[in-house]
Amino acid sequence: MHNHTIAELRKMLDTKQVSSVELTQHYLKRIHQHQNSLNAFVTVCDETALAQAAAADKRIQQGQIEALTGIPMAQKDIFCTQGIKTTCGSKMLDNFIAPYESTVTQKFLDAGSVMLGKTNMDEFAMGSSNETSFYGAVKNPWDLETVPGGSSGGSSAAVAAQLAPAATGTDTGGSIRQPAALTGICGIKPTYGSVSRYGMIAFASSLDQAGPMGKSAEDLGILLNTMAGFDPKDSTSIERPKTDYNALLTQPLKGLRIGVPKAFFNEHLDSKMADVIQTAIKLYEAQGATIHDVELPHNDVATAAYYVIAPAECSSNLSRFDGVRYGYRCENPKNLVDLYQRSRGEGFGAEVKRRIMTGTYALSSGFYDACYLKAQKIRRLIRQDFLDAFKTVDVIMGPTSPSTAFKIGERSKDPIQMYLSDMYTIAVNLAGLPGASIPAGFVNDMPVGLQIIGNYFDEARILNVAHQYQLLTDWHLQAPKDFK
Amino acid sequence: MILSDAEIRKIAHLARIEVSDEDVADLQPRLSKILTMIEHMDSVNTDNVAPLSHPIDAVQRLRLDEVTEVNQRDTFQAIAPNAAHGLYFVPLVIE
Repeated sequence: MHNHTIAELRKMLDTKQVSSVELTQHYLKRIHQHQNSLNAFVTVCDETALAQAAAADKRIQQGQIEALTGIPMAQKDIFCTQGIKTTCGSKMLDNFIAPYESTVTQKFLDAGSVMLGKTNMDEFAMGSSNETSFYGAVKNPWDLETVPGGSSGGSSAAVAAQLAPAATGTDTGGSIRQPAALTGICGIKPTYGSVSRYGMIAFASSLDQAGPMGKSAEDLGILLNTMAGFDPKDSTSIERPKTDYNALLTQPLKGLRIGVPKAFFNEHLDSKMADVIQTAIKLYEAQGATIHDVELPHNDVATAAYYVIAPAECSSNLSRFDGVRYGYRCENPKNLVDLYQRSRGEGFGAEVKRRIMTGTYALSSGFYDACYLKAQKIRRLIRQDFLDAFKTVDVIMGPTSPSTAFKIGERSKDPIQMYLSDMYTIAVNLAGLPGASIPAGFVNDMPVGLQIIGNYFDEARILNVAHQYQLLTDWHLQAPKDFK
Repeated sequence: MILSDAEIRKIAHLARIEVSDEDVADLQPRLSKILTMIEHMDSVNTDNVAPLSHPIDAVQRLRLDEVTEVNQRDTFQAIAPNAAHGLYFVPLVIE
């Protein structure tokens, strides 16, 4: 039952082959069965999930069916869920029960989908391995000694291990695409402003964007159709007419112009992975696509600019955690400054503190121009690189990550090694473009992700390109042997 | 870029994060490495380039100056570490 896509589950629910309650019970059982080995969830919502499933079955009976009615899924624990704990992977919010619902989770509730639980994540979405969570590392279902990527590592592990047919993620520098790649699933970061950030705990507001993670490109489109859309509650939400993200799915690839940046095949890329990506690109060529070299000359400084902009915004966003209004407060504060400093010192983990301090430095008097303003100028150059490339190509392709999943603990000592995991994804966030990762093969039995980057608001084209590949290959249908 | 212990403590204070001697010893090499990596930006000439703060160059959306929120003080204070009578309690600020 758990190896079906959402599109398939929809048919099974509509033809009464299975009820939403039965589906939900099945997935909840799997979640509990594998929680100790994977640690993919922070909270499992047995009771509310079954109540939502029963309500969905009633809706289906009455014919009030939307695409996701009765479909169980998992939500990253970054989305505020009214009455249900929202931790963002942090001790700071270990006791936080949100007083309101995020727009994203509200849309899924309105559609009649079932929330199985809240998935583990790097603390405040700051990490590329899920090792920075207060609730412990998440394991990769393909090899329990390796990381599932991050920061949406609980979501990626849950979908890869078939504990949920789909999950939400958020992507500030690669946090949907990199974990999707490392666990052999699909994920898309939409154009900045497409999905509401209301009730999504902020890390770096000009980069953060939520998106779906699932088994197939078609499923990503189904999920995006519910998730995306203008929201007056988010001041950076883009006002555009509603689009059908699956509208172009069946369009043939003939004439598609694919840009391949040399910058993505640099010395950091594992050579066997390069072969996998080249094989995927050749398959596109065989379908009538044309391949073009494109230059992204500033990609090598994207990581540097990102680690100024993201920490600067995080140092400002996370100043709200002060031990006064909600969240963790230290014991017996001597005075107000002591209350702030100890609540934050004790409530935040090491990586979050490092990023807040990096951002504080970048914004401090005397360094603002050389650091923050410089990074914002580089951001414009990076965006221009992409705009230039999209004058001659329709999509850009390359690897999602320079290596397959690495061992737990292997990179946590050296922040730079960890930061380099996102070297092919970061520029896309700085430019605000949409990008997806889909499974394209294996190296040493570990999944490899193909990244597909599109022009602004061209998600439907990205999903078309991904879907056509998935009609010809079965990489996205593979499941790790202990979770089949 | 190598940061001194005093600089680490100054940044920590600006960020209102308490750090122990042990924390400073741990932060010193890691933050220095991060700042050295950031210095890589200097290799790019950005003369006459305007900074970009919003990727889509969108302008701030405005709305009518009308009340849209209802008062939810009690709901919000229900999750505060120490609040009562509509007030948040903190250590004495003025003697």
